[in-house]
Amino acid sequence: MKHIMSFGILASTVLAFASPVLAQTVFVSTQLRPIEEATVVREELLKDVGPVDYVVEEPPQFAVRMEAERQAGKHTVSLVGALHGELSPLADKDTLEPLDDLAKKLAASGMPQSLLDLGKLGKSTQQYIPWMQATYVMAAKKEALQYLPAGADVNALNYDQLIEWGKNMQEATGQPQIGFPAGPKGLMARYFQGYFYPSFTGGVVRTFQSADAVAGWEKLKALWAYVTPNSTSYDFMQEPLAAGEVMVAWDHIARLKNAISAAPDDYVVFPAPAGPKGRGYMPVVAGLAIPKGAPDKAGAEKIIEHLSTPDTQLLTASKVGFFPTLKVKLPPDLDAGVALLAGAVTATQASKDAVISLLPVGLGDKGGEFNKVYMDSFQRIVLQNEPVADVLKTQGATMAKLMADTKAACWAPDAKSDGPCPVE
Amino acid sequence: MTNSRPWIPYLLILPSVAFLALLFVVPLVQTIWLAVSDNGAPSLANAERMVTDINFTRSVKNTFLLTIAVVPVQIAIALAMGTMVAKVGRGRETILWIWTIPLGISDLAAGLVWLSILQNTGYLNSLLFGLGIISRQASWLSYQTPVALFIAIAVAEIWRGTAIVMVIIVAGLNQVPKEFKEAAEIFGAGPWTRFWRITLPLIRPALQSALILRTVLAFEVFAVVYALGGRNFPVLVGEAYNWQNQNQNYSVAAAYAVLIMIISLAATLIYLKALKVDPERLP
Repeated sequence: MKHIMSFGILASTVLAFASPVLAQTVFVSTQLRPIEEATVVREELLKDVGPVDYVVEEPPQFAVRMEAERQAGKHTVSLVGALHGELSPLADKDTLEPLDDLAKKLAASGMPQSLLDLGKLGKSTQQYIPWMQATYVMAAKKEALQYLPAGADVNALNYDQLIEWGKNMQEATGQPQIGFPAGPKGLMARYFQGYFYPSFTGGVVRTFQSADAVAGWEKLKALWAYVTPNSTSYDFMQEPLAAGEVMVAWDHIARLKNAISAAPDDYVVFPAPAGPKGRGYMPVVAGLAIPKGAPDKAGAEKIIEHLSTPDTQLLTASKVGFFPTLKVKLPPDLDAGVALLAGAVTATQASKDAVISLLPVGLGDKGGEFNKVYMDSFQRIVLQNEPVADVLKTQGATMAKLMADTKAACWAPDAKSDGPCPVE
Repeated sequence: MTNSRPWIPYLLILPSVAFLALLFVVPLVQTIWLAVSDNGAPSLANAERMVTDINFTRSVKNTFLLTIAVVPVQIAIALAMGTMVAKVGRGRETILWIWTIPLGISDLAAGLVWLSILQNTGYLNSLLFGLGIISRQASWLSYQTPVALFIAIAVAEIWRGTAIVMVIIVAGLNQVPKEFKEAAEIFGAGPWTRFWRITLPLIRPALQSALILRTVLAFEVFAVVYALGGRNFPVLVGEAYNWQNQNQNYSVAAAYAVLIMIISLAATLIYLKALKVDPERLP
């Protein structure tokens, strides 16, 4: 009995001392959430960096968790992975560790300075390290190509050609064949901010209610006649594409990847159409940051360095379809679906009329309401057929108030502003 | 015992009172304050924001329409089911057990079940196509087919929520003494007269509970609507969810929550007044 007791005491003492050694670095991410992707992160991407607890969190809950840890002063998270726009409210509250030393090291190993500068989030110090990047493209079933209007190049479409294409497909098949992710969890708001508005008006906020915008919305209404009405229920376009509900779709590359990787021979992937002001496009950057008060800062830095090696970045690209932030050449044996997506991304970046539109910055936790302005305009103009100019005027007022409340300055492609970005 | 120590009952209910105060009253007060304040000062800005939102009128209309369409049908079906099962001798338990299966399925799962039936590539379209009735997939759940969408949601809600009403009504029917019916039969009352004059008045407490429960739940309908209608069919709880989760504006979400609470309380009061139950029949 005595033996057992002393053994028990010994064991618990050992455990008590051993636990700090076993403690894992907690890595919370809003990216790579689906179970297959999270498994890739745990079992392949983070395999060699020691014990890491990779936890995924939906964006709204992520914001709540970070705020709760900050208010409580009790930190469990050592490393966060999130989108540029999700990290920006954290930086605004000054809750991220500066990462300038790491940034210098990565700049030396081939991370473009322009990308690193994004990670400063408008501050003087490095707030996050760019982790991986993506964008939005269009995908079409190859059988849809026969309906392309004469003379149209799928890699350099404009809106008139897309409308005509949609019309041809509808006449041939009896059903609208174009789809957009306008469902509750779809990324339709990004279409307006990164593609539609820059293409038609050359801006996002300043030009919100301009005459160009009115003309753009009229064009979108014409396009919508050939868009399937089920679009307002679509969250990810890969499912309707794979199920044959639509032939042509616009979405985030990660939300198209499953369909395209499953049957790369059936699809073509190409840039979004151009409007009168050019071909709007929105690069999406996910970054890695260390919250102030992180329990394991050294471990977190080690993980950032590991995830920023060329090998890990290429593995990330081939497994989950997010592209490297380092200047590396994609290998020839890349997954055929990812290679198709990468081709479209390159075609977009290389197109002469590209208009880069950045993710909104400086809106803090009002990002959702900013999206709502665009989605409400869409609902009223396109779905409920209300007069365009009236809707843009009332929604423009909401937008102006939002900008004034958050004091957010203009971001590209809008011209720079002193103080809050004005709605002209 | 209770006479000598009258505080014992109070002591016994104290834990549950404390529990309720902590986990119900405190968040309730916080929610109300969140709804009627702006930057720490009392304000109606959130309520104004809620009322002027493009989806507000539609969500109120949809919620009420759905409640008006669903609750009476559920009560009627549950009464019919309860009366039917009362006549059954052997196998009664099995029938009841099968009828209550929807009760064990979560709201969202029920919504997804119906989505798999009604979506474009769903079972209904496949069946109609197989029978040659339609030549291509029809959409039932889009913003262009509001009537079909409404019916689909109502049917799914009726399927999911009738079981609980039936359980309450069967319990009520079990309490109706046989002697009353036998006496009525002797005096020559037909089945309808017996139902209207004896059964219905005697199950009034059960009916009241069932109506209150179902109406309040109908005002709080969300998961089934979210699965089937998404953005196409705004309802009050769905808007609260959107403001909280997507728009990250907790104050407007709280305003919606308070509105839903007021509507539910009003409905409960109306039922309590309209379907007065004799005090001696209360449990």
